[in-house]
This record gives sequence, C-alpha cells and structure tokens, in this order.
Amino acid sequence: MGNYPDNLLYTKDHEWLRVDGERATVGITYFAQSELGDIVYVELPRVGDRLSQQEPLGSVESVKTVSEVFMPVSGLIEEINEKLADSPELVNDDPYGDGWMIVIKIDNPSELDALMSVVEYEDLLSEGKEH
Amino acid sequence: MTELKRTPLNEIHRSLGGKMVDFAGWDMPVQYEGTMQEHIAVRTKVGLFDVSHMGEIELKGRDALALVQKVTCNDASKLQDNQIQYSGLMTENGAFVDDLLVHRFSDEHFFLCVNASNSDKDFDYIKSQVDSFDVEVINSSNDYFQIALQGKLSEEILQSLTDADLSKVKYYWMTKGSVVGVPSIITRTGYTGEDGFEIYGAPDEAVKVWNAVLEAGRPKGMVPTGLAARNTLRLEAKMMLYGNDIDETTTALEADLGWIVKLAKGDFIGRAVLAKQKEEGVSRKIVGFEVLDRAPVRDGYPVIVDGVEYGKVTSGSPSPYLKKNIGLAYLPFEKAKVGQEFAVCVRGREVAARVVETPFYKRSKI
Repeated sequence: MGNYPDNLLYTKDHEWLRVDGERATVGITYFAQSELGDIVYVELPRVGDRLSQQEPLGSVESVKTVSEVFMPVSGLIEEINEKLADSPELVNDDPYGDGWMIVIKIDNPSELDALMSVVEYEDLLSEGKEH
Repeated sequence: MTELKRTPLNEIHRSLGGKMVDFAGWDMPVQYEGTMQEHIAVRTKVGLFDVSHMGEIELKGRDALALVQKVTCNDASKLQDNQIQYSGLMTENGAFVDDLLVHRFSDEHFFLCVNASNSDKDFDYIKSQVDSFDVEVINSSNDYFQIALQGKLSEEILQSLTDADLSKVKYYWMTKGSVVGVPSIITRTGYTGEDGFEIYGAPDEAVKVWNAVLEAGRPKGMVPTGLAARNTLRLEAKMMLYGNDIDETTTALEADLGWIVKLAKGDFIGRAVLAKQKEEGVSRKIVGFEVLDRAPVRDGYPVIVDGVEYGKVTSGSPSPYLKKNIGLAYLPFEKAKVGQEFAVCVRGREVAARVVETPFYKRSKI
C-alpha cells in the first residue's frame, strides 16, 4: 500500500501520531484527506493550549464539508504547522510530511495504548469497505 | 427508514466512482473525482449532471395559462411557444411554495420543472387551485429523465448528437428534437451560471443519452459533475436554493427577486402582500457577502448584526472559482447595502463579512 507508514500510531477518527520521546507530531491520514478531497482551510489550536484526548484540536475543510480533528492523546500544544494557513493543500499532497498539523508534549504515555498500529488501522479501513 | 429513490442513471454513477448520498430522499452522486475539479471544468469547459430527481408537472387544457398565472408571480402571458421563465409558486403571503421553471409548449400546455423535494407538495397545491378552470394537472415526475450539460462547450458537444439546430435556441428557450435517436425536450437552461442545455426524455433512454453525451464530451474535457459542485456553481451565480435561501417564510421581494414579481399582470396568489411590500418596503433582504477571513462560513452559521444574532447564513461555502469564502444571508433592509460589514459566528469565533455586488460570478457573453 505505502499509504500508511508502519512507524506511526493511528486513531479510529483517522489521525496519525509519530512519537519521538515525550513529544509527538500529529496529522490526518491518507484516507482522511482523500475522503475530504481538496482541502481549502485548516484550523489549528494555539501554541500553549492544553487539550485532552478526544478533544477537537481543530478542523479541516474541503469545498463541501467541515471535518473536526481530535487529539489522539492529551497534551500541550508546542508547535503548529504555520504553513497550512497559506497552503492547506499540503495536507492532501503530503499528509505525513509537510502536511503535519501539530507537535504536542504528551501528558500521559499510557494513553498511547489506546491507539492502533498500522495493521489494526488497515483492518479498520478494510472493514469499512465491506459495508 | 424508507428506501432512497434512484434515478435511471444510478448504476452509471456508481460505475463512474460517484460518492452517493441521500439528497432529498434520492440516492445521488455528491461528487465523482472531486468537487473542485468538477466545478472548474464547468466554468472553463463543460460538465454533465444527472438532475432526474427534479420534478415535472404538466398543465393541459384551455385554462392552462390562467392556472399558471394564478399560482405563480411572474407573467407567463408574456411567454411565446417554446419559451421558458423562472418564477415562484406563491403562498398567500407572497412567499415560496417553490421556485420553478415555467415552460410553454402552447397556451394550453405548460410544463413546470420543480424541486425534487417539493414535487408532491407542488402538485397537490396546484391541483387545489384548479377550481372551475378547464385544466388537467399531471405529475409527470416519473416520466422523464433529466440531464444537464453546463459550460461553454455544451453547444458544440450536444450539436454533434442531435438533429435540432441548437444555434437557433436562445437562452431560456427550448426545442423538441432527437438526441442519439431519443425523442427529447432540449432546453437552454441550467443552474450553474454558464451557458448550457437540459435534456428531458423517457427514463428507459437515460443511460443511452448520458453515455453518448459523455463519450462525445470526454475528449473536450467534459466530466460527470456531482451535487456538491452544482451547489457551489449556483451559489457563485447567486441562484436561490429552495429550503436554504428561500422557503415558505421568505417573500419574493425579500429574496431580491423583484424581477419575477409582475404586479401588473393582474391578480395572483400572494399579490396583495407583495404589492404592500413593494409600496412600503421590506424589512429584510437577502445579500451576497464575502468573508474577510480565511475561515469558510457554512449554511446555518449565525449572522451577527451590531452584536446581536440576526438569523443564519442561508448558503455559505468556499468559492472554488473565485477563491474566496462567500455566502448568502438575510440582513435588515437598512444594512442590506454593498460595503456593509457584519459578522458570522464560526465555531464560537466572530469573523467579519462584507456585503458585495452579486452575482459573485457572471459569465462573459460572446
């Protein structure tokens, strides 16, 4: 496939998380951006905000729809991808690279246990296709 | 849950990769490859739409014209045979039972194209107004497929498939003709702000006509186009969407549709209220606006005027062609002026918006 890197963790809401020590980078998956289509606007939290697991961190908008993005785990927002203000299409073009959204400092590493591996996430996607 | 209705082209949409959604009880393609590219294809070349969900009501008989005149606000007596007009099916309050296209075949045969979600309501309403008129009201909604070619290449593509001389069919006129051998009504109308044609024919022939048009159009850049692009195209052209921008609570004058209100034609349902509003002025009016922020505004977002909520955005979207965030909303009459600023509430944050000239997009006429 290649659309789902195996070094990431995934959520059922189609966010990904790349853990690096006590920090993690967060974005939306290939599947999420392709379902949305051309992304025209990305709303992100402010640096310094502290958000809980499952809380909306922002939203991603295509021409036809608005989709919320949720915190994969609780944490402090340390960085946001400023480039998305001018170039929201980066989320389509490179969802795991230049289309990243935020960097967080993880509050509680045990919350990572609730996230999915790439195998589990791909299973979730293929289940969806059977319906 | 009741089963969704399907147009005769349902299987085709699925085979073309259409993403199907429930639209007014119909299983319809919201997009195929992508809303943005479909929208741009229609603005720059041509797109093909299945609009078979639309309703058709026919009035036949000596008093067909009289009944049209009674229930609609535009003046259908001005129509010649094969001419078409945009009009409103009016409530007693001068508001919209529906908006519609009135097609005249003859003074004893009118063909009304109405919104899918309203076709049964419209039919019952029109029938209830027959009284002593000598006219038969027929709900023909299941007797026609309807597809639309929209965009500047529509004429050359359709001309290659029909014996009708399309160069003789002006905007808002129609002709009968054969399209790849299928007897059709061909109208020069649409809901995109572009030149284009709509084709009505027998449902059994829908697949044949659709495939022939798409095959002839593909080499010229035609793409199948879904309902999401249909909505953004009509919004850029400031064409009203029933249920959003107009309904049974908004009068034709509040909706800035004074050009379809012909008080001089004589009495019609809703005339008294509209005449009074014309005399005294309306208290609110629909406007087109641009958002002065990167955040798009959407249908239903609260409108804030002088710090107080004043209704909702009736239609709001990013504009794929103009690359701005645009929308429609009702404002108090004294604020409904180009340049006026107000606010829209986007997920708890107030963003500024400014009233602009409409339509947002107008095609250049050749």
